Amino acid sequence: MGLLSKKDTKLITDPLADNNPITIQVLGICSALAITAELKASIVMAISVIFVLGVGNVVISLIRNIIPSKIRIIVQLVVVAALVIIVDQVLKAFAYELSKTLSVFVGLIITNCIIMGRFEAFALGNGPWRSFLDGIGNALGYGVILIIVGFFRELLGSGTLLGYPVLGNPIPGELSGLYALGYENNGFMLLSPMALIVVGIIIWVQRSKNKALIED
Amino acid sequence: MEHIELFFKSIFIDNMVFATFLGMCSYLAVSKKVKTAVGLGAAVIFVLAITVPLNWLLDQFLLQPGALTWLGAEYADYDLSFLSFIMFIATIATMVQLVEIIVEKFSPSLYNSLGIFLPLIAVNCAILGGSLFMQSREIATLGLATTYGIGSGIGWFLAILAIAAIREKIRYSNVPAPLRGLGITFIITGLMAIGFMSFGGMLTGGDDGAQPETETVQVQEQPETKDISLVEENNKKEEDGTTDMEQKTLANNTINE
Repeated sequence: MGLLSKKDTKLITDPLADNNPITIQVLGICSALAITAELKASIVMAISVIFVLGVGNVVISLIRNIIPSKIRIIVQLVVVAALVIIVDQVLKAFAYELSKTLSVFVGLIITNCIIMGRFEAFALGNGPWRSFLDGIGNALGYGVILIIVGFFRELLGSGTLLGYPVLGNPIPGELSGLYALGYENNGFMLLSPMALIVVGIIIWVQRSKNKALIED
Repeated sequence: MEHIELFFKSIFIDNMVFATFLGMCSYLAVSKKVKTAVGLGAAVIFVLAITVPLNWLLDQFLLQPGALTWLGAEYADYDLSFLSFIMFIATIATMVQLVEIIVEKFSPSLYNSLGIFLPLIAVNCAILGGSLFMQSREIATLGLATTYGIGSGIGWFLAILAIAAIREKIRYSNVPAPLRGLGITFIITGLMAIGFMSFGGMLTGGDDGAQPETETVQVQEQPETKDISLVEENNKKEEDGTTDMEQKTLANNTINE
């Protein structure tokens, strides 16, 4: 890829912070909360959404002039469903354990509001290359939040990152690292309510830094 | 009995919003006023009550491995479950279109107040999630699937009603500026989810951990421990003056359940 023009670079960088799909546009919340108990699941989900949104945006943009307006939602749903079926089958083939953890949430990518939202807001009115960039940008913004939440939840909840124990050995009798000083895993972080509260704190931090985003 | 258990389970324990975070986007977007929240909640209950049983029928007779045997024995090893997503979403989109037409005809004011949100229900993760969970939990009969659909819808309705009421009230509260609006809603929903976790013991008859204790106490020293076992049983069953025999049978029965 050569140098992207300034406008095009904005398509990728805006959703990472100022126009973040989860914290600003309030889209795609469901899966952001439910599967972030493990960092690995968050990363795989982020990659899946990048694939679906990137390819989907391009496809919709390519056929945007021939879709009759009345059935455009159905066409969008069919495109997304087909892409998600591909992702689901690939996951089941190459990462079966992970697909069990993600269970129905891979299927729920279909109804992930980010995807339909970007189709409607961008792909239906712009060319394929820009739609591709917009899709990648928004999916990356979504992925960033997912990874942050997953990072904190897994680290504080089970003391591991990607499955590797990083704070020491928690098994009683062989305590090491932080656990030898009396630290214990906060199991509550692995439960669903904490995901909501972590995202709330991320929103707090983001809006304190950028006063323009504050609602009244 | 199963129906009642599934009904309460899907409203409180597996609440669509608080346990599995389905339908959060519309939950956050529509909960600014109680009136619109009630309208959307009612629409969600209606759509879930219709689509979950329909998708159950689809799953049972078309999609499951071995489902096509009614067409002929040679189709017994067809497994069309990979088509689940497309089939489910197709049923849901059709049903939502139908609901939209009906609502527009019978209640134009509700139709106007719901605005964009009615077609948005089609992509509400709660609706697809209801069908997918029905499939992954292998719900056994059509009646149970309907109960599950209605129960999940009522659970979602409860959640959005509660948060809308709270958001209306905290408009007059002193929320820090960066938290106002979205941030505080997330945190409040988190706290509500913690509250709903308390329902987790509802269907198992209380604290399972206490059962063995009462059992051993009663077996070992029958006469003296009457008072202690009475107190422990009282915490759960509120029965005064039952004999040791009755208490032992009670404890035995709850363990056997």
